[in-house]
Amino acid sequence: MSGNMNITLKVWRQKNTSDKGRFETYQVPGVSPDMSFLEMFDVLNERLVAEGKEVPIAFDHDCREGICGMCSLFINGRPHGPNDGVTTCQLHMRSFKDGDVIVVEPWRAAAFPVIKDLAVDRSSFDRIMSAGGFISVNTGNAQDANNLPIGKEIADEAFEAATCIGCGACVAACKNSSAMLFVGAKVSQFALLPQGQPERKQRALAMVNQMDAEGFGACTNTGACSAECPKEIPLTVIARLNREYLGAEFCGK
Amino acid sequence: MNWLIKTLNSSIGQKVIMSLTGLFLCSFLIIHMIGNLQLFHDDYGLAFNKYAAFMTTNPLIKVVSYLLYASILFHAIKGLHLVYKNNQARPVKYAVNNGKANSHWSSRNMGILGTMLLVFIAVHMSDFWYEYKFGDVPHTQYAVSLETGEIMTDTIPAGMKLHNKIEDVIANGKHIYVVKDLYKEVSVGFKEWPLVLLYVLSMFALSFHLYHGFSSAFQSLGINHSKYSGLIRFIGLWFFSIIIPLAFAAMPVYFFIS
Repeated sequence: MSGNMNITLKVWRQKNTSDKGRFETYQVPGVSPDMSFLEMFDVLNERLVAEGKEVPIAFDHDCREGICGMCSLFINGRPHGPNDGVTTCQLHMRSFKDGDVIVVEPWRAAAFPVIKDLAVDRSSFDRIMSAGGFISVNTGNAQDANNLPIGKEIADEAFEAATCIGCGACVAACKNSSAMLFVGAKVSQFALLPQGQPERKQRALAMVNQMDAEGFGACTNTGACSAECPKEIPLTVIARLNREYLGAEFCGK
Repeated sequence: MNWLIKTLNSSIGQKVIMSLTGLFLCSFLIIHMIGNLQLFHDDYGLAFNKYAAFMTTNPLIKVVSYLLYASILFHAIKGLHLVYKNNQARPVKYAVNNGKANSHWSSRNMGILGTMLLVFIAVHMSDFWYEYKFGDVPHTQYAVSLETGEIMTDTIPAGMKLHNKIEDVIANGKHIYVVKDLYKEVSVGFKEWPLVLLYVLSMFALSFHLYHGFSSAFQSLGINHSKYSGLIRFIGLWFFSIIIPLAFAAMPVYFFIS
């Protein structure tokens, strides 16, 4: 088909967590500009399976419509590739040119160990959520929604924070592998809403403590996380996290 | 007190320490710059030497100065420790990392810029602070005519024991001051081009360090709001990363070319 591209991929291959890993180069001819980045990997993997010489490349994916937070990939030095505000599954090959060499690496952080090839273990995020990223709701009938009036501006701000899909691009982009944008978004979405108030102080403390225990670095306010976030979560959530944490430590029990 | 130590040791607490010590150092820079602007007075250094004597003898300033030395050390040690710890959070580095696509160069190199400034502070303090306090800086006698304001200077021979304070008397229609002549040390020292070059380069480092550091300090304290974040960034850019480094860099250059 006309307009198809020949792409050279340099992909990180790593058998398991303890393997040292290395780059492998693959030629992918006839790539349609309308393919997503992951579909190009599907094409390459089908070929690898058919050839039977190499095991296919492991990479994370699920919904492929930019909402589940499962896909990752550090593409040519940027998480989720060159475009702003999209995940890798929503990145199309028309963002690249014929003959391009694309370097693909997994998220790199001590708290995100590589499972295999490009798939990393992000269960450190799950443990941070278990530590405090929830609200406790008594069972029984749901109360009338109008009993809890929430201003539009507050609702919007909470929603903006709640759009975090937990993909880990913030950690991948940060030079310190800091998870503060993720934790900031999660703490913000609850701290802004009435349902989050009962556990507000405890939540900030528990989530920050777990974040530190997982081996994420400290924030140095470079802003790389927010710039690379596929949901464009602002840095103000980190400022709020700082306030919530310091307020809880200095004014809480 | 356990909770306080725990708080200050958390990732957020450590940033608060960096932020508060950093902002204190910023406030010192303002005083230091205003004071040092006396170097540009055309009075053979009288105003500058009076200011230097005041800064080293006033008890309140003495207390604040020890707080300042502690802040410099704390900010530097904690900063280097954080660079080391944050580096450990990514044991395997990226082969390709396009950092400039998402962040400013200075924000990614605060450790290097800070180390340059630490070296500069060590050289600067051994050249002037140590010399002034413990070295053999000669005294100069200034006689200011009360009628015309004309200034006459006289170097007091070295080795003569004088108090480390301003001798200030009025006699024969003249106001006579005897002070340690730091101005002379400065004007002679800055005739050496390697020192002038070090100072000018260090002020570039200061400019980039504060371009990120000043506004970043507020973010670490949780102060980020659309109402005033623009003002914080404006002050950080124009005052702390342009005006202050320019004023400081102008001093060695002025003595080098005059």
